[in-house]
Amino acid sequence: MASIPKPAVSPSVDGLGGKILGWVDDRFPLSALYKEHLSEYYAPKNFNLWYYFGSLALLILVMQIVTGIFLTMNYKPDAKFAFASVEYIMRDVSWGWLIRYMHSTGASMFFLVVYLHMMRGLMYGSYRKPRELLWIFGCMIYLALMAEAFFGYLLPWGQMSYWGAQVIINLFGAIPFIGEDLAVWIRGDYNIGDATLNRFFAFHVIAIPMVLLGLVAAHLVALHEVGSNNPDGIEIKQNIDPVDGKPVDGIPFHPYYTVKDLVGLVVFLAVFTAIIFFAPEMGGYFLEGPNFVPADPLVTPAHIAPVWYFTPFYAMLRAVPSMFGSQFPGVAVMGGATLILFTLPWLDRGKVRSVRYRGPIYKGFLTAFIASFLVLGYLGVVPTTVWGQLPKNVPLLGGVDTATLVSRILTVVYFSFFILMPWYTKIDKEKPEPTRVTY
Amino acid sequence: MSAIVLNQVDPKKRRLLIIGTAGVGAVAAASVAIPLAISMKPSARALAAGAAVPVQLGTMEPGQMLTIEFRGAPHWILRRTPEMIAQLAKNDALLADPTSASSKQPAYIKGAGRAIKDEWLVLKGVCTHLGCSPTLRKEIGAADLGADWPGGFFCPCHQSKFDLAGRVFKGMPAPLNLSIPSYTFVSDTQLMIGEDPKGA
Repeated sequence: MASIPKPAVSPSVDGLGGKILGWVDDRFPLSALYKEHLSEYYAPKNFNLWYYFGSLALLILVMQIVTGIFLTMNYKPDAKFAFASVEYIMRDVSWGWLIRYMHSTGASMFFLVVYLHMMRGLMYGSYRKPRELLWIFGCMIYLALMAEAFFGYLLPWGQMSYWGAQVIINLFGAIPFIGEDLAVWIRGDYNIGDATLNRFFAFHVIAIPMVLLGLVAAHLVALHEVGSNNPDGIEIKQNIDPVDGKPVDGIPFHPYYTVKDLVGLVVFLAVFTAIIFFAPEMGGYFLEGPNFVPADPLVTPAHIAPVWYFTPFYAMLRAVPSMFGSQFPGVAVMGGATLILFTLPWLDRGKVRSVRYRGPIYKGFLTAFIASFLVLGYLGVVPTTVWGQLPKNVPLLGGVDTATLVSRILTVVYFSFFILMPWYTKIDKEKPEPTRVTY
Repeated sequence: MSAIVLNQVDPKKRRLLIIGTAGVGAVAAASVAIPLAISMKPSARALAAGAAVPVQLGTMEPGQMLTIEFRGAPHWILRRTPEMIAQLAKNDALLADPTSASSKQPAYIKGAGRAIKDEWLVLKGVCTHLGCSPTLRKEIGAADLGADWPGGFFCPCHQSKFDLAGRVFKGMPAPLNLSIPSYTFVSDTQLMIGEDPKGA
């Protein structure tokens, strides 16, 4: 077989290094991959602060996998030993406390950066054509992340682990007809027990991480296919330099954005380590107080609330009353609140992508949406009695918990951001987009 | 052996073979998935752990509640005082299902008291909303539950309220009254939970 000489892909590397690289490139497209994804992947040059969170999410993913591997070396997924083995890691294993706090703080920070990353996508219209699949992969990552966090939260086998899992599994039990059997199948027993803990461990350390890695790879491949959006929401590929054939408003990802992301990484790690060293429990928001008591199937803690990153959805669940002798409506609302994100690319009828050129109606809806998410998040961590009750003499609503009423209104606000979007993005008065990126 | 030439290929036959092969492959994959999925159901050991539990009542004071574990879930035995029993009949306006028509209870449990003997309330202590265990709040008009609180059970997870017969209040996240297990009095001072009365 006659070998076809390949054009030298990396003429800049000379000597032995160049020869080794050439040998590899003949067998594996190393230089080509490097060029395609780093040195000749052109990203818009007007990225701002909001563009740090994608790379930070990737950093946390790696950190969670590494610390997770070391935690499994000492953790025991057995209802009799699980709680004690976590305490063992915290007290007796050298540096065990650091590894565990990195992992537990990492979980909360993962959600924080992912929420900011999604927020960025919302603001700048990064879900719009041709980035629909990129957005959908992102939504799937978010769902997988919620599953990962939920499975992981049972493992310390504390009171909050146990009762939190009890509530979430019973959400599936609320599905009409098949619910009860489904809940038993998930638990592997009639109540949460050793069988449940064992399988949650398997999901947490093997199944979901593999799914996550696959989805993250798909997310990145899709991103590099369509190219990054930017704060102006205009397509840099539509303005190509006729001389060198590269986008006029693009700069190579490496070295420009690798270095920029490193700066973000340093700032992030400064905050991250400060939390680990000074406030790893974050006043009960990252690690909840009742979880320092071993799981007791007979006693529910006086106030149970999920970890902060689930509370907006939890507040919606609590706000919906049971209907027709079933609590399914609340469960459906909660599930719908996450699944509706998938439909976003097809709801938006605006001509511009970025919030910078949107009209006042869209801005109003976006602000209301963010506010509803934050306030629901707050209401999810406090008891429904926090704002007292409406006076008895108020018609219809007398005696209703004020916080429950507010949660109901905000749930409607949350959904109307999506459901009314085809209408308000169409009638909104938008500003013209610039032809070049601005910064 | 002659080379395969494009015009000798019968595309219909080829498609049939491809569909057939893929179909057999799918059946094989499903056959492996079924045992994997079924392995997640409760094991034989978990199924075996559901025998009836005896409860001694002799030392219980009026107003006292005992929590026992039966089939892995908390079950309560509350010795109700005459005042508690009298209050039950006045709660109807607050309740979603005062007659327990749509709630889970054995056929021999009837009336507002929801018990074989009104003095002894036996309940599965698991909220019908999402499975938390409610707390006994027997003090009437408790400050945090409102002046019209008639005494009952309060779920800390999603704030569902139940009266002292386990009947759910109107407008609560919980859809049904707390359920009642099968139980029987072996003697005046001993209960058997998980067993129906003779003849029932």
